[in-house]
Amino acid sequence: MLRTWRQRITLTDIVVWAIGVAIGAVIIIGTIATLRSGKYSANTWLDLTVKGLALGGVYALIAMGYTLVYGILRMINFAHSEVFMSGPFTAVFLANALSRSGFMDRQPLIGMLLVLALSIAVSMTIAVLLERIAYRPLRHAPRLVPLITAIGASFFLQYVFRGLYGSGFQAYAIPKVLQGSITIGGLRIFNTQIAVILGALGMMFALYAIVQWTKTGKAMRAVSEDKEAAALMGIDVDRIISLTFALGGISAGAAGILYALLFPVVNFIMGFIPGLKAFTAAVLGGIGNVPGAFLGAMILGLIESIGPNLFLDGLGVPTPSQLKDAIAFTILVFILIFRPTGILGERMAQSKA
Amino acid sequence: MHTKSISPWKEAVQAGLIAGAIAVLLNLVGMTTAFSGRYIVSGWFTMGQVLFLVPMFILAYTTARKIAPQPAMHTALAGLVCGVIGSAVQAGLVLLGQVVNLRAMFINASPQLFEILTFGRDLPGLLLLLLAGSIMGVVGAVIFLLPERLAKSVLQALLWILLLGLLRDLVSTVTAQWVIKTKAFPDWLGWAGVLITSLSTFINKTIYSASGLKPLSAIVLFLLVGAWAYWRYGRPKRARITGPLTRRQQTQRVLGLGGIALLFILLPSILGIFFAEILDNVGLYILMGLGLNIVVGFAGLLDLGYVAFYAIGAYAMGVLTSPELGFFNLTFWEALPFALLATVIAGVILGLPILKMRGDYLAIVTLGFGEIVRLLALSDWLRPWLGGTQGIQRIGQPTIGSIILDSQQDLYYLFLAAIGIVAFIAWRLKDSRIGRAWMAIREDEDVAMAMGINHVATKLLAFATGALFSGLAGTIFAAKLHSVYPHSMNFLVSINVLSLIIIGGMGSIPGVFVGAFVLIAAPDLLREFAEYRYLAYGALLVAMMLTRPEGLWPEERRRLELHEEEGEVPLGEPPPVLNTPGG
Amino acid sequence: MFKRLNALLALLVLASLVLAACGSPTTPTQATATMAPATEAPATEAPDTEPAAFECTDAIGCVDIAPDEPIHIAYALVVSGPNESLGVDSRNAIEIAIDDIGGQILGHDVRFDGEDEGCSAEGGQAAATKLAADPTIVAVVGTNCSSAARVAIPLIDQAGFVMVSSSNTAPDLTEPGSDNNFVPAYARVAHNDNLQGRVAAEYVYNELKLTKAATIHDGSLYADQLQQVFAARFQELGGTITAQEAVSPDQTDMSSVLSSIAAGTPEIVYFPIFMPAGAFIIRQAKQTPGLETAVLMGADGLYSPDLIEGAGEDVEGFLVSSPAAGADVEAEYAEKHQAKFGGPPPSTFHLHAYDSFMIIKNAIEEVAVQDADGTLHIGRQALRDAVHNTENHDGLTGVLTCNETVEPVKYPGDCAAAGIGVWEYHFGEFGPPANPELIWTP
Repeated sequence: MLRTWRQRITLTDIVVWAIGVAIGAVIIIGTIATLRSGKYSANTWLDLTVKGLALGGVYALIAMGYTLVYGILRMINFAHSEVFMSGPFTAVFLANALSRSGFMDRQPLIGMLLVLALSIAVSMTIAVLLERIAYRPLRHAPRLVPLITAIGASFFLQYVFRGLYGSGFQAYAIPKVLQGSITIGGLRIFNTQIAVILGALGMMFALYAIVQWTKTGKAMRAVSEDKEAAALMGIDVDRIISLTFALGGISAGAAGILYALLFPVVNFIMGFIPGLKAFTAAVLGGIGNVPGAFLGAMILGLIESIGPNLFLDGLGVPTPSQLKDAIAFTILVFILIFRPTGILGERMAQSKA
Repeated sequence: MHTKSISPWKEAVQAGLIAGAIAVLLNLVGMTTAFSGRYIVSGWFTMGQVLFLVPMFILAYTTARKIAPQPAMHTALAGLVCGVIGSAVQAGLVLLGQVVNLRAMFINASPQLFEILTFGRDLPGLLLLLLAGSIMGVVGAVIFLLPERLAKSVLQALLWILLLGLLRDLVSTVTAQWVIKTKAFPDWLGWAGVLITSLSTFINKTIYSASGLKPLSAIVLFLLVGAWAYWRYGRPKRARITGPLTRRQQTQRVLGLGGIALLFILLPSILGIFFAEILDNVGLYILMGLGLNIVVGFAGLLDLGYVAFYAIGAYAMGVLTSPELGFFNLTFWEALPFALLATVIAGVILGLPILKMRGDYLAIVTLGFGEIVRLLALSDWLRPWLGGTQGIQRIGQPTIGSIILDSQQDLYYLFLAAIGIVAFIAWRLKDSRIGRAWMAIREDEDVAMAMGINHVATKLLAFATGALFSGLAGTIFAAKLHSVYPHSMNFLVSINVLSLIIIGGMGSIPGVFVGAFVLIAAPDLLREFAEYRYLAYGALLVAMMLTRPEGLWPEERRRLELHEEEGEVPLGEPPPVLNTPGG
Repeated sequence: MFKRLNALLALLVLASLVLAACGSPTTPTQATATMAPATEAPATEAPDTEPAAFECTDAIGCVDIAPDEPIHIAYALVVSGPNESLGVDSRNAIEIAIDDIGGQILGHDVRFDGEDEGCSAEGGQAAATKLAADPTIVAVVGTNCSSAARVAIPLIDQAGFVMVSSSNTAPDLTEPGSDNNFVPAYARVAHNDNLQGRVAAEYVYNELKLTKAATIHDGSLYADQLQQVFAARFQELGGTITAQEAVSPDQTDMSSVLSSIAAGTPEIVYFPIFMPAGAFIIRQAKQTPGLETAVLMGADGLYSPDLIEGAGEDVEGFLVSSPAAGADVEAEYAEKHQAKFGGPPPSTFHLHAYDSFMIIKNAIEEVAVQDADGTLHIGRQALRDAVHNTENHDGLTGVLTCNETVEPVKYPGDCAAAGIGVWEYHFGEFGPPANPELIWTP
């Protein structure tokens, strides 16, 4: 066993491993140096952790859209970031109308549910239409063709929404109940953060339950394994795929509202960066894998929030936060070097290929 | 979609609703208003009107085709239904706009829009809208009833009128440049100057008015183009030449190619700097496209961070030549080999860690690499070496002897030369041993490895070659701008390059050229659309992929594959490109 | 037969054009050292409208506008892509300005269109090249971004146009001796970064008596330059800079930056950036331990109505530096914008854009020679000089004088009035001069 393993190691493997080890070493040295410098208090780290988790929760919900679609169609739905944008960018008008009329303060729960429902409805509609118009006719085309359609659809949707609602920014007014914070042992946690973390966890669990324990979920997994066999078993493949997109749209619409609680300014390009991050998170966790997307998103949220200060500050790099995306991508490479299919990615390649 | 017999009326209603929805979208996005000042035929109709009426025309036509065969009367009626419903939906929008303040949400639901939709006649104008819509619907359906040859000719003539009307400003810019040039003519060419000047006056004053075509010239052009199309569609199709060429054909072909080459050499002087700038940008993307075509098209490695090498090339050129930083102060030509070497090394460095990754994992890592390069260039950390936010200015210009190539027209020839070399290399590589190895890896990596192909060397070579071409583009880009900024190195560049090679036809070298012209030059010609550029770009990408998934000029082998598939492979496994989601 | 004739004709035309192209560089041009026009420099005298009375004596040629032709003023603004709100806003302002003058200058309609400069060097080059190809253009309003300006200005200069920018702030564009200085082909209404950065630093140190500051920029030339000027001046005055950080313009989560800044316990954080990043920093700074009470300050990039909505209640007490004049014009302008475009102005610098256009308009009126039949002749160099010598123009952003030197904050080409003030935001409706409130002028 060991012998064959040793024979298979080549020079390139060694170089690649060396790169991985070098990245790891920089991370560890940076961390130690930062912690020893004592620039940041423990409370700061905790504060950043909470923020990272809240961010990770939102990424996780967006990443669901990527991962579900990938699982079933093996395609990167590049336009998912626009599905994510469309919901909150539309619902902001309702939210503001409700706040202005005072309804939001009188009935915050109903008001917020209405806003959430609208956001989800818009995102879901866009996602389903997208699949119907742009992807379904291309289901048997080469892999890169739907990727390009997705990119095209992404541009198209962005600028359609820009045309509809204008290029300025719209801002959500945070309802009074969610303003304010609680303090636990010197650590201030904001109500919005709690709402986002709880909301994201709840949604994630619901999605997981649907995929894992319902009949539709079973059908989805069947289609993802083998479309022909699923069709032969009497599953309406087109319907299941539409449903998958609808689920992705729902989670994106919900994610949009949660995101707007954290960062209440929306406009037509707000989707791009979170979409990219969520996609990265999905890959990090092992794309096509629901718990993987969650794990990847949480890790990514934490890296973004803690990473720059923890890894680079101690190394004396000025403006470490400017490099936070670079850190995130470097860690992605680092993880993929050692686990080429992501953290929880299935090792199915060899058998399936 | 429907297996049961189609009810023509249901279809017509459906089509009408779709047409209405599309038109309402165009209205609310603001395109109708934006184009309402642009006449296609002066005094008759504007581009804005075309936008909100043409959906009914198109959908009536497609409905007629879908429900055929039907009696002529039925088809026309179906068109009428489609047209009426389509315009009724828009009329509904206008009415809604009177009751509700739509503008609180849709900023383009302005009084101006309603004025356009009602032809400036307030609410009674809605009847006019319905009338125009139904005419559109009927005409669309009736055109389908015409004999195919006639129908095609009419459609083509209409399209040409639209295009010529839209391009009015461009044409007048070009002719204005001609007139300026004639002023520098020596005396013995005076007659040519007069000729050109009067040609320009003829175009600008007789054919065109201040906005759009003149009505008379529109009719004449319509008839001319229609007649020409009618004549052309009537000719038997020329058979594809398969056997060895006769001498006559050979000379024809050589002459043809020579003519095209001459045209390309003369193009910037004929069309002026406006087009020189566009052609330079196309050249830039052709260079990158040829490189990415090797990585994605030949070797099947999906690279979403291709801009990284472009950035490295440009920055290497900047660091090596700019006296602002003052490290090396080389000239362009001295710096070029070092800059290219840097990109090749970068290609190998990126290639190594991703050797084992496949498909979409590869995509995201390369994307990340592109972002890392951009962020490093932008960072304050590397500012002393790379200029940070402020970029690098005063980058060296390429010179030939004592001539400095710095105008767009001069640089065009540099691009032409570079493309010539790169296209030649790519073309030779394609059918070489290494080219075949790339394609083997693209088709099935495991089998290729089993056949003894060294996948490490093969993949790294693909990355290095791709990086080299992109780096070359980057160096010329830096010289063209005299400067380089991190903001230029964004993800959009990678997306553009990837899109153009897929639009052109993956793996096809002529496809890169076609793709670059369609994606880079076309939106520039229609800069009128300035703010709708990305919208149109997105719609174009989707539409092209839906209608021609194999690309505009597909690679021969791939075309065969696709056709083979149509015959036998039904569901399931996507074609064997990148279909292994793990290592 | 016809085809052959056609081909022959085409060949002839082609050949003559080529000859022209080869021949033209040798034609003598005027020898005015820096202003020597390129061979492309358009001197349009359409032969059929050869004026009898008017002789063009301008050093770089004239534009002749026939009685029924419009005056063509072009823009080079960022009207598509991620930064488009800035350019769309400026363009809207110019359209409003055109409405305000009745759509006409000297009896001629104004034709207003242009190119997207993309807020990048390559975009600026493309836009300027395309504009340069159109000899009917009299003047250009643009660019929005300084990176685009650096590449665009030489091309505009060569084409013989004059360009007035609404929002370029990079000092090197007007600095004497700079490679990028093409004044008088160029002028700008926005404040030079040198002025605004210094005013901010002096206010913070002298008036607020704060001595520890941190800065944040967003990777744009504008923000980076401003924070550098601020930091340099602040240190010169005796203050300490605890950190100079950076974010990206599309970043939403500022926690790591802010906690890094908080570690240095600054009394003030200066971030001359834009929406929406500015609003996120205001909100999140209030949530960052150690920064809850720090003074927050921005620049005119954040003098914008949507900041209040974006930052919510946390906007209370937020300071920006912005032109001190034009206090109530903002509200009036916003009303016009609402009526014409159905919403509030999407970004900042619209008043500057309005003024840029008005400077050009006044200059045209000053130099244009009108024939009896209404034909206009505009000397291109004369127009440049007129723009350059604009004096005491009563604009929306203040009283503008373009040819004036105030070391080291204003050089010829900088039209902006020296009066920059500090404004304080309150939570509530945007409506200067009450909110933001002008609290200090130098």
